[in-house]
Amino acid sequence: MSNNIAIKAEHLSKAYQLGDFSTGTLGRDIERRWALMRGKEDPFLKIGEANDRAVKGASDIVWSLSDLNFEINKGDAVGIIGRNGAGKSTLLKILSRVTTPTTGSIKVNGRIASLLEVGTGFHPDLTGRENIYLNGAILGMRKAEITRKFDEIVDFAGVERYVDTPVKRYSSGMYVRLAFAVAAHLESEILIVDEVLAVGDADFQRKCLGKMNEVSKGEGRTVLFVSHNMAAISTLCNKCILLKNGSLQDLDFTHKIIDKYITSGKENEAEILKDNINVSKESPYAAFYALRLKSANRGITSSFGINEDIIVEIEYDILVDGCMVSPSIHLLDTLDTYVLATFNAPSATTEIDDFYGKPLNKGRYKSVVVIPGNFLNDNNYIISAFLVPENFADLAVAEKVLMFNVTETGDMRKEFTGKWVGLVRPRLFWKTQLISTD
Amino acid sequence: MYANNPEQEWDLEIKPHDSVFNLHLKDVWNYRDLLWLLVRRDFVSFYKQTILGPLWFFIQPIFTTVIYTFVFGNLAKIGTNGAPGPVFYMAGIVAWNYFSDCLTKTSTVFRDNAAIFGKVYFPRLIMPLSIVVSNLVKFAIQLVLFFIIIGYYMFKGANIQPNIYLLLFPIVILLMAILGLGLGLIVTAMTTKYRDLAFVVSFGIQLFMYATPVIYSLSTAIKNHHEIIAFNPMSGLIETFRYGFTGTGEFYPQAFFISVVASIILFFIGLVVFNRVEKNFVDTV
Repeated sequence: MSNNIAIKAEHLSKAYQLGDFSTGTLGRDIERRWALMRGKEDPFLKIGEANDRAVKGASDIVWSLSDLNFEINKGDAVGIIGRNGAGKSTLLKILSRVTTPTTGSIKVNGRIASLLEVGTGFHPDLTGRENIYLNGAILGMRKAEITRKFDEIVDFAGVERYVDTPVKRYSSGMYVRLAFAVAAHLESEILIVDEVLAVGDADFQRKCLGKMNEVSKGEGRTVLFVSHNMAAISTLCNKCILLKNGSLQDLDFTHKIIDKYITSGKENEAEILKDNINVSKESPYAAFYALRLKSANRGITSSFGINEDIIVEIEYDILVDGCMVSPSIHLLDTLDTYVLATFNAPSATTEIDDFYGKPLNKGRYKSVVVIPGNFLNDNNYIISAFLVPENFADLAVAEKVLMFNVTETGDMRKEFTGKWVGLVRPRLFWKTQLISTD
Repeated sequence: MYANNPEQEWDLEIKPHDSVFNLHLKDVWNYRDLLWLLVRRDFVSFYKQTILGPLWFFIQPIFTTVIYTFVFGNLAKIGTNGAPGPVFYMAGIVAWNYFSDCLTKTSTVFRDNAAIFGKVYFPRLIMPLSIVVSNLVKFAIQLVLFFIIIGYYMFKGANIQPNIYLLLFPIVILLMAILGLGLGLIVTAMTTKYRDLAFVVSFGIQLFMYATPVIYSLSTAIKNHHEIIAFNPMSGLIETFRYGFTGTGEFYPQAFFISVVASIILFFIGLVVFNRVEKNFVDTV
């Protein structure tokens, strides 16, 4: 087969205009219009500017995607991952033909069915039956095709009893199930799915994932799937595209990309040195020298996989001979809830620290504390650091000085893919006993 | 087999700009089932949870005819060229309503469907086309009412003479549809950037009616040296419609010619402009 490629993107870029939809002056508006009319490129777009929200760009134009080049083979299930604002949704929109690229092109082999939202075009007053037809037709099915699949759709959604009831009387779960069922039964070579799995109960989510798996593996169709749910991505996709600030970081096998995704996390500073440490209270006895986050395998980083140990290093200078100082940290989540507080003391640590409880002489010291892997949840966390002398009152404080994120790797997600609540997510001891039989 | 030229293989190419005149009509044809389902949706949702249901399609023209007969016929005494008032006014109202519904409803297509258009691709032209077809069905229902009124007055012996120009009826309807659609498409394409136009349309359409021989006949206007009215593309259509069914008035070839040319030109401008905007209006709405 000469052409095994389902989707091929070449120099794909998409620009969005910030603020008002004009260049600011009539003269420039006309100049741009004139250039566009002649089929030239917009003279006021600066191609290649990275989409970094935090930094004010040189123009009002933001490149939501810049210069993407990739090929997706037929039969691949490809996950598209990236942090918020990486351009995932824009890419899906272009692939679904909801909007057009600013430059470049995508070439496609086969019919595309896209599912950016479940139940697009559902009308509340129409019955389930009528909506199946309407929604199916909106998604590009012919009437005969829908009729052929009708029973299958109703069966998958589990709404046989309600099929002639207006959908406004449906429970939200039934509504979503019906909507997904229609989309899942599209006959297309390429299926594009946005985070629709965020809706519906766990049972239904499993059903959706199962259906998508069947579509990609069983029927050999190409699936593109956007999600923040690494668990779903790792079970469903054999390959992944990693986007960052609108550009393609990598396209590779899923496990490699997920590793990369974790490292590419929100770049919080993983190491802060002396003058850059934002000290909110100074102490006459001790001063921070460096604060650092490390992973055992990957060195200094502020992004951790959920199963990785988080190594926090505090380096500090003792300023007065013979004083006793114990370092301490507070761990908070982004809502300022305290997850834990820990400090170096024999009764509060797992091992005795030789330096603890001894007067220290002037010099630079390093204390290391390890927050174990498989303990924190998939979340962002903040660290405040303290150097506490004997008299307690003269402590040095570096409040909310380090930030890191813990990212799902799918390790604990073999059974449950829904939202996992909790500040922490340790693996715990479980044991079941048979107490009696009937 | 395709090794020499693999580029030919692609089923679809998504690119920034397309020729202005590529209207993707084949695509529209492929989605024709959607058109019918949308028309069906419009009707079913229109009368669900109403007591009178489809009867509402009759109520509006009946009441308007009664009011017009009273105000323009009895109070203002504007001549109807000898035709019974209700027949004269209803002919104008039913035809005018079709045009004005096509125009006003299509002029908000992008805004009304922003949610759907932002989530799924189908040829956008399907939406305005479905509006025109829905209105056509409504028009057909109202036409039945009009026939009943004509029948009643003919039975009473009023001077109503349907004539050979009745053969132009399908063309008149088609022209009204594409004129309303064309103008609507232009307006909706422009409202994605300039919303003011939506307000202009909502009251402009009312004023426009008075510039069209709906409540008076074109001959009355010409008699009073308002020949300018004949240049309104709707004038020739309304006048021909009324003349064909009732024999009231006259057939004005020039006015009809203006209607034909203006409708076709505006329709194509509308198609091109709409086609231009539909691709990435999602980014601006």
